Amino acid sequence: MSDETKTEDKPAAAEKEWQPRIIAFVCNWCTYAGADLAGTSRMVYEPHVRIIKLPCSGRIDVSFIIKAFEQGADGVMVSGCHPGDCHYTAGNYHARRRFGGFRDLLEFCGFDMRRVVFSWVSAAEGKKWADLVNEAVAKIRELGPFKEYQKLLAEDIWRKEETNSDRETG
Amino acid sequence: MSRIGVFVCHCGENIARMVDVTRVAEETAKLPGVAVSVDYRYMCSDPGQNMIKEAIREHKLDGVVVAACSPQMHEPTFRAAVVEGGLNPYLCEMANIREHCSWVHTDKELATQKAIDLVRIMVEKVGKNQELFPIKVPVTKRALVIGGGIAGIQAALDIASGGHEVVLVEREPSIGGNMARLSETFPTLDCSQCILTPRMVEVDRDPRITLYTYAEVEEVGGFVGNFKVKIRQKAKSVIADLCNGCGDCWNKCPQKKIPSEFDAGLGYRTAIYVPFPQAVPNTPVIDRERCTKFLKDKCGICEKVCTLNAIDYTMEDEIIEVEVGAIVVATGYDLFSVGKDQPNEQWTGYGEYNYDAYPDVIDGIQFERLLSASGPTQGEIRRPSDGKEPKSVVFIACVGSRDPEKGLEYCSKICCMYIAKHAMLYKHKVHDGQPYVFYMDIRAGGKNYEEFVRRAIEEDGVLYIRGRVSKIYKDGEQLVVVGADTLSDSQVQVRADLVVLATAIVPHRDAYELAQKIGFGCGSQGFFSEAHPKLRPVETNTAGIYLAGACQAPKDIPDAVAQAGAAASKVQLLFSSDELEREPIIASVNEATCVHCRNCIRVCPYSAITDKEIKDKKGNLIKMVAEVNEGLCLGCGACVAACPSKSIQLAGFNDEQVFAEITALGSG
Ligand SMILES: Cc1cc2nc3c(=O)[nH]c(=O)nc-3n(C[C@H](O)[C@H](O)[C@H](O)COP(=O)(O)OP(=O)(O)OC[C@H]3O[C@@H](n4cnc5c(N)ncnc54)[C@H](O)[C@@H]3O)c2cc1C
Ligand code: SF4
Ligand code: SF4
Ligand code: FES
Repeated sequence: MSDETKTEDKPAAAEKEWQPRIIAFVCNWCTYAGADLAGTSRMVYEPHVRIIKLPCSGRIDVSFIIKAFEQGADGVMVSGCHPGDCHYTAGNYHARRRFGGFRDLLEFCGFDMRRVVFSWVSAAEGKKWADLVNEAVAKIRELGPFKEYQKLLAEDIWRKEETNSDRETG
Repeated sequence: MSRIGVFVCHCGENIARMVDVTRVAEETAKLPGVAVSVDYRYMCSDPGQNMIKEAIREHKLDGVVVAACSPQMHEPTFRAAVVEGGLNPYLCEMANIREHCSWVHTDKELATQKAIDLVRIMVEKVGKNQELFPIKVPVTKRALVIGGGIAGIQAALDIASGGHEVVLVEREPSIGGNMARLSETFPTLDCSQCILTPRMVEVDRDPRITLYTYAEVEEVGGFVGNFKVKIRQKAKSVIADLCNGCGDCWNKCPQKKIPSEFDAGLGYRTAIYVPFPQAVPNTPVIDRERCTKFLKDKCGICEKVCTLNAIDYTMEDEIIEVEVGAIVVATGYDLFSVGKDQPNEQWTGYGEYNYDAYPDVIDGIQFERLLSASGPTQGEIRRPSDGKEPKSVVFIACVGSRDPEKGLEYCSKICCMYIAKHAMLYKHKVHDGQPYVFYMDIRAGGKNYEEFVRRAIEEDGVLYIRGRVSKIYKDGEQLVVVGADTLSDSQVQVRADLVVLATAIVPHRDAYELAQKIGFGCGSQGFFSEAHPKLRPVETNTAGIYLAGACQAPKDIPDAVAQAGAAASKVQLLFSSDELEREPIIASVNEATCVHCRNCIRVCPYSAITDKEIKDKKGNLIKMVAEVNEGLCLGCGACVAACPSKSIQLAGFNDEQVFAEITALGSG
């Protein structure tokens, strides 16, 4: 019953308290279904993740991640079928390769890659989805709100890049 | 501004218990573009659906968001309701506030906030949704079967029995494939020819089957339901309609010493020939590379002896074009070569077996020909070198199989069984002979298979030695087989008159080329890839193309036949309607901005994107672009994410829609 009392005095508290905002890009066939399974199995997990469904992880564009941060997300999850299980056979390999390549670039641009969680969750892994969400929320709570992006915008991004490359060459 | 209706479901208590549904409706009603937002106890019930339909009319809605359970559950229900209300089904989206929200959270305030967000995402998306219409493609109810082995034969007969036309293409002069070369078949030892030939004749007789032998598929274009196929009918030099297969020509042909492919080099054939007596069709062909008429413009005997004037030396290859709706590929297998003609330079092993050098080291198919009553020795076991009856025969398992060092990684699956069969049949023919088998382990999984192997060992006295053979050398008239016996941990030497290698089963030698030509997947070993290893074992990744028999993996006859039947029923399923209806969630290219980098072409798992030329009125090439084939695209969206110029978009999931969804979360 402690839950209920918590629920009751939450509204006031929640308004003040910062809550992590995490956007998850998931494929329709595995991760979305895995999250459904977590639901039908009534696995309780943190309520801070908002799922955006795509047909396949291969459809997930790096620009989605950037857009999510731009819109104030504190963390991003990207999840699809396990290697070999993609409904379209190879979408998740394309995604993996793409994000592998862009990881450094994003980092270089000032995105804290600890805020981006990649995972494979199958349609049978409701528990894994619940655990991943909990871990992601815990991690983002630890890291706090992602303010750097707004800073990146405020500062002159190009000048910053120059200084960065100056530093590298120098 | 759009006019969107939001319908929030309580799902009894399932959602309402943890999500303040009234607040969700109230909050989302304030969103720009939302014309009406209500909550109701059971949205999926009749009254709930009617509510949606009425609201569409009353509020002139151009979009609907149902906040309820998972779309996997009720998306079809609500899309149907929306259609009845007069809207395009793709203007309806669901926000999953049950499985993804009320069922997994315990904090009502946060769950309610999340539910509001989930609805907001969908409101923004629906605002960008467009009407989409199912894609309809007509189906040509005629099937192409490539390969006339037992698998292709079975598939062709089944499809024809279903009332459809079939075009069967076989590259050899006769259908029958490898099964026609077998003597008797495990595990029942029934004669291969006796069970196969009636089926071959059926193919020939069936008016719905058009048979092209000595022919190859040259080109395949189009897509499911609408393939356009070019077949090259090689010149047989014999007019099939006139020939009655009397055999006067091949009996008189002076070129009598051409090694017979059918007999795996153990017998001979003439230059004009049918591969074997029961050939279907029994029209001979002239092997132009061996015929004196073609080589030296001499002879011409066959023309002279043919009383029906069926010989035509001037005949040319012919290209036949057919339209088909489905393709069954059944091109079977070859044997791993341990001889000079290594099909692949990575396979260099087994020189120590001297398959090349010693005529009495043969492979399994050659032994089948020795066993066969219609074979080069009329079924008597005679060794190739001197025609003597071998009194000691060594069979070696896994030559090339399960040996990534020298051969291939995989197990060829059928060799354990045919070795037992060979040893047994040998013993039945040469009572005082001794068969030996060197093996790694016996894999006899199959109905009555283990019992069969037991019988070979226990009743026919076949000696099984567990171990590998390290070399074979000649000693006088005999061969000495040197190997290990890992059970007694000793070296063994067996003197043999004949050695039979169970060489690995590999895909037909030009399988890869064919897969490229037609456009479907091929695994690293060259066997054709099924769409899903468990759930779609007879389909390929390309819609409308199916697999049957040993071209997909090593298989015995019962498995090949079973798969062929399954492929045929898939074809019939496809042919059961006049039009194919496909989800319109597919990609399309903006030709104005496409820079033809071909990234999309490379990533598409279904080869659905091709090059397209854009020409001006005079026919001059202006530019090249990518083009998506609606019949092939399955809507994964990999191309969209790969396109650097954002020139390719996926209906239902375009960038604008996804960005709207993301932005929905930022605005609050
Ligand atoms: C030594 C040996 C003994 C065996 N004994 C038994 C046994 O006792 N019992 C049993 O169940 N199984 C046995 N098998 C297995 C059996 O041979 C196969 O299961 C069966 O032949 C597979 O049939 P298929 O139609 O898939 O392939 P195949 O028989 O190989 O037929 C494929 C056909 O396709 C044609 N083709 C290939 N490429 C093209 C192309 N591009 N265009 C047109 N046509 C093409 C080929 O010419 C061939 O006619 C044995 C195999 C071996 C090697
Ligand atoms: S959406 Fe997928 S299937 Fe369709 S063209 Fe693009 S990559 Fe190919
Ligand atoms: S990836 Fe984009 S630009 Fe490149 S060919 Fe395809 S549609 Fe054209
Ligand atoms: S469908 Fe799940 S990753 Fe491709």
